[in-house]
Amino acid sequence: MRWDFASVFANTDALLAGAAGTLRIFAICLVLGLGLGLVVGLGRYARTKWLYLPATAFVEFFRNTPVLVQILWFYFALPILLPFEISPLAAASLGISLNSAAFSAEIYRAGIQSIDRGQWDGARALGMRWGQAMRRIVLPQAIKRMLPALTNRAIEIFKMTTLASAVAYVELLQQGKLIASLNYNPIEAYTAVAVIFLVFLWPLVQFTYVLERRLKRDE
Amino acid sequence: MAYQWDFTPVLANAPLLAQGLLNTLKVTGTSLVFGLALGLALALLRLSPRRAFAWPAGLVIEVFRTTPPLVQLFWFFFALPLLVGIEMTAFMAAVVTFSIQSAAFFAEVFRGGIASIERGQWDGARAIGMNHAQALRRIILPQAVKRMIPAFMERAIELMKTTTLVATISYADLLFAANEIAQKTFRPLETFTVAALIYFVVIFAFSLIAQQLERRLAVSGESTVH
Amino acid sequence: MSLLRVTGLTKRFGANEVLRGIDLEVRQGERIAILGASGSGKSSLLRCLNFMELPTAGVIELDGQPLGRERRPGERLYRERELTQVRQRIGMVFQQFNLFPHMTAVGNVMEGLRTVRRMPKEAARARAEAELKRVGLGDKADAYPAHLSGGQKQRVAIARALAMDPELLLFDEPTSALDPELVGEVLSVIRDLADEGRTMLLVTHELGFAYHVATRVIFLADGTIHESGTPDEVLKNPRKERTRTFLASHKQYRL
Repeated sequence: MRWDFASVFANTDALLAGAAGTLRIFAICLVLGLGLGLVVGLGRYARTKWLYLPATAFVEFFRNTPVLVQILWFYFALPILLPFEISPLAAASLGISLNSAAFSAEIYRAGIQSIDRGQWDGARALGMRWGQAMRRIVLPQAIKRMLPALTNRAIEIFKMTTLASAVAYVELLQQGKLIASLNYNPIEAYTAVAVIFLVFLWPLVQFTYVLERRLKRDE
Repeated sequence: MAYQWDFTPVLANAPLLAQGLLNTLKVTGTSLVFGLALGLALALLRLSPRRAFAWPAGLVIEVFRTTPPLVQLFWFFFALPLLVGIEMTAFMAAVVTFSIQSAAFFAEVFRGGIASIERGQWDGARAIGMNHAQALRRIILPQAVKRMIPAFMERAIELMKTTTLVATISYADLLFAANEIAQKTFRPLETFTVAALIYFVVIFAFSLIAQQLERRLAVSGESTVH
Repeated sequence: MSLLRVTGLTKRFGANEVLRGIDLEVRQGERIAILGASGSGKSSLLRCLNFMELPTAGVIELDGQPLGRERRPGERLYRERELTQVRQRIGMVFQQFNLFPHMTAVGNVMEGLRTVRRMPKEAARARAEAELKRVGLGDKADAYPAHLSGGQKQRVAIARALAMDPELLLFDEPTSALDPELVGEVLSVIRDLADEGRTMLLVTHELGFAYHVATRVIFLADGTIHESGTPDEVLKNPRKERTRTFLASHKQYRL
């Protein structure tokens, strides 16, 4: 069997465009997902039910529905209700971000809750308000514990960007499909895409291992 | 003028949706079973002191955790048949992909589970004359497996969501059925909303069951030998 | 008759030399109490005797048979198969009990008989129940460790060790992890075993118990035997300064 990577190399600009697309949607979903997740996470941590219940509903719904279903819903279903179209980028970003927000909300909540009650007591005994205590004392300690889980989330988001190919957004897998269909070389095309992802993600995955080990050591 | 919701075309196609749901469960179940068996094998290989066994197993695990599932699915569906010269149905490609993926996950949970058993249990086993294999089989693994059950349930639920990917290779799962119906009836809003709700109800139910099971396990067997 | 003979036992963990050349002879029927500060190597000594840790240097002989094979001068190789046999003959009771939480009390006691001795289930169960009765827990046979008190758990652990018919029993601070009011029931069982004439090595902080039960007392310091003698000699009239200091620190808050 002859491997024909030449045709893949001939299409490097297509792959580069794909990589750019992947990185773009990754950045959007990372910021939106982890950002919104913090807000929802704080909501999950709140005592008042007006914050807690909506946050819980959000988390339960978006954690228990597949991302692809959400992406297709945003792409096909939502435009019916709205006076405008939803681009593939928008639909995919919405789907991936909301899902990531729901998962990271739990990471934030667990991280904040894991901080010993005594830290709050110490902060408040000094006269700090809730916001100051959270910002100066609790969150900085919690972030360290949440880092491995949040990095894992980032890796998951990166892998989820491939779902955008389902609505023909130009990212790496979509370009892989294109190259495969034009050159009849699915083996080389998809192997190349897989390798590119490995190259991007391997250092990040190894980094999480380092983080996890460091965390375990410090505990 | 506000949009007029009309669910009747969707309900008319309920059998298609039901079949789709069944197929989703079929892929999930089959992949879980194979994944568990393969995961156990991978974990034992990984724990083996012989590098010829441990290293390839580690490589498989890392590669499958570091590449997107959809890329893996496309590779197994489009690339592998050409490479090896076999016919691959969408179902087969799905099961192969998700089994190996789950196995990679389970292998790590397994390793963690065994490592989490405190040293004193090994001591107790060896002190009455057990060798390594006996200690593993009678004392360590039974306790480790119990600890793995929450992770197993978590993975099962995760897999149910991941199987929607098979819609992209035209396997008739619930999402694919929904897409077909949406195109047929020109009612994407109602169709996809119903599909999302069905997914939510089924997966949420499973996750509630998993939580109950976890609570029950935490109360019953896990003694602290102190 | 010498049951166990230890010559030049040395144990190193990395750069840390925990045991520095211990010579010890244990005769049948002897009860030896081992005292020492933490870090003196008492646990390591015990764990070397049933090869839970492998000695760095030195020879251990059981019933006159040296264990392991000398590869190079000063370096011995131990085969796992030989060691598992030895551990059937030397029983150990741990500070943290190390009971198997997924088995009942009788299950724990039976486990060695069934899996290691390959005894049929019925015979193993009968023997296990007898051992549990001997330590006063006949009615707790089907209880899980999670539902037993510390003292009961330790007594099950003792029954588990006894079921293997060991020639020698090693106790590694058997009561140190127990609430004070539960210590007595365990010491009582150990006392009964002593009265039966069993050979045992007992690492303990219970000086009073050691005085009444032991035939010999050894004080370990810095990985060597600092002082050794009868309970009267070591506990009542210690010759060395370090022994005296150690004993004094144990008597600080007496009623």
